[in-house]
Amino acid sequence: MSTTEQVAAPVQAGGDTGPTRRTGNRLKKFWPQYVAVAPFYILFLVFGAFPLVFSIYLSFTQWDGMGPQKFVGLAQYRYLITDGRFWNAVENTFIIWFMSTVPMLILALIIAFLLHQNIRFKGFYRVAFFIPNVTSMVAMAIVFGSVFSDSFGLINSAITALGGKEFGWLSDPWGIKITIAVMVIWRWTGYNAILYLAGLQSIPTELYESARVDGASMFSIFTRITVPMLRPVILFTVITSTIGGLSLFTEPQVLLGNDGGTGEAGMTIVLYQYNQAFTQFDFGYGAAIAWALFIIAVIFAIINWRLVSERDTTKPKKSRRNTPAAPTSPEASR
Amino acid sequence: MTATLNVGNTRLADPTGPSSAAARRKTLVSRIVVHICIIIGVILSLFPFYWLLTMSTHTTAEIFGYPPKLGFGSTFLENVKAVITDVDLFKALLNTFLISAAVAILVMFFDSLAAYSFAKYEFPAKNVLFTVLMATFLVPGSLSLVPSFVLMSWLGWIGNFAALIVPGAANAFGIFLLRQFAQSSIPNELIESARVDGAGFFRTWWSIGVPMMRGGVAFLGIFTFIGTWNDYVWPLIVLVNPGQQTLQTALATLNSIYSTNYGEVMAGAVISVVPLIGIFIIGSRHFIANIAAGAIKG
Repeated sequence: MSTTEQVAAPVQAGGDTGPTRRTGNRLKKFWPQYVAVAPFYILFLVFGAFPLVFSIYLSFTQWDGMGPQKFVGLAQYRYLITDGRFWNAVENTFIIWFMSTVPMLILALIIAFLLHQNIRFKGFYRVAFFIPNVTSMVAMAIVFGSVFSDSFGLINSAITALGGKEFGWLSDPWGIKITIAVMVIWRWTGYNAILYLAGLQSIPTELYESARVDGASMFSIFTRITVPMLRPVILFTVITSTIGGLSLFTEPQVLLGNDGGTGEAGMTIVLYQYNQAFTQFDFGYGAAIAWALFIIAVIFAIINWRLVSERDTTKPKKSRRNTPAAPTSPEASR
Repeated sequence: MTATLNVGNTRLADPTGPSSAAARRKTLVSRIVVHICIIIGVILSLFPFYWLLTMSTHTTAEIFGYPPKLGFGSTFLENVKAVITDVDLFKALLNTFLISAAVAILVMFFDSLAAYSFAKYEFPAKNVLFTVLMATFLVPGSLSLVPSFVLMSWLGWIGNFAALIVPGAANAFGIFLLRQFAQSSIPNELIESARVDGAGFFRTWWSIGVPMMRGGVAFLGIFTFIGTWNDYVWPLIVLVNPGQQTLQTALATLNSIYSTNYGEVMAGAVISVVPLIGIFIIGSRHFIANIAAGAIKG
């Protein structure tokens, strides 16, 4: 919320900022500021914007990365629409996203609520919940692979010890999706809980006090004050979870390999893109998949935005306090 | 739980008053319930690490055995030796450290410069430039794997650490974050008086801006280091020579080639995870506060 106070910028305090000066003078005067911000824009132009534009071109070609490029028009997209493997990957991505995001955000809210109580060892608890988020997903996918292993895994051992029947966590289509979802939940619940906790701490105490005075129950305080006040943070976590969920790659790739496991039950969109471009060397099709993913992401963004603006009209008052800002996750920063 | 619901920083008193013994007992019970719930969550959160550590101390036969061994075994050193002879994990550790440190240092340098300029100076087109910067957040990285790979091959950077370091040397997230730090923590009067004494832009950035933003800069450094360390798909694509793998790709190779020797794979995973957890715990207090600040302050 500190954006509005751009006070007395030192350079302009000098005085001679007349509107009639020539651009040469201005550049001479402001060159250090431009030099300071330039590296980001140069890097973004070369390594961000150019590949983006270039990938549109690539998606209209057939190319194995070495031989001659062949312009094929919309053929890659026409193939994409009829490609059952691609739609399987889309379906898997959505199922895993839903199975992980909903429990994850609910659990995170509960943990944040518990951590917000006046308890001891809060610092230790926060670190313990956050550690999964900074750990290498390759290493942890290997660990989860052994815990959920069909033959010797800890989970199946526990099930058989209790008299149940072994389940194919890494071979059954649903087992595979559940295992991947559990990995996502394990990694991101603590991260989201920390965000919610910070949101809870920013809710003014007076709101609660006046609700208490009015005789509101704990439940209605939670649903009428806590959740609405947290809504911007919740929206932020929903958006980051959507971006993360759509770009799921490491977990299925390490756990199940480049083909996404039995019947491609763990194939995600990004894994399929990787598979087509870097194991089948079909660069044109890989680029087309990437653009399909982008369109899906845009549709999601519009849905998210719609949901929010609808809720805004029904609850106009108490939403504008905290505006979520930047994606703060190691994943999103790349 | 009613009695202890913490609102803001003051606990709401139970209507019967804190002096009532029944209320106090109720408070105690609900506190214990809260702790038990949290501890269950902590155990679930930390268990995979414990399990990783125990597996790295067992032979493969022991890991595959039934019932599973819940405690520690005695073959950790043998497993580590097997890892070292099969893949050059320490080379990979060194590579990963150098790449992550290089990216972190460059990001701290370039992002703090840009953030200082955006936060403390006015210059033509500043708002347009900043809007463009914010818009780049919307570009998902996984969209450009294929064209970025092609670009790297044109530059001759396939199999070169430059492919991992240069594109990440400055980022919008860090500039945005540090700009907030600069706005709230650098007094304009200080810059003004340094300017009167003849210090130029870069001089004031280095001697006033950086020291005053150091909390944010340190956080950004750790954050970038951890993110680069854990990066998987990009190194997998551009580092094609076996001798220059990062920890993540080396570990994935170990897992796919030597998957029959489970104890060995787990020892490799331990080597890749432990340094990072150490770094995180050292900077954790700062780290967690800032992670949240990014989403809340805006």
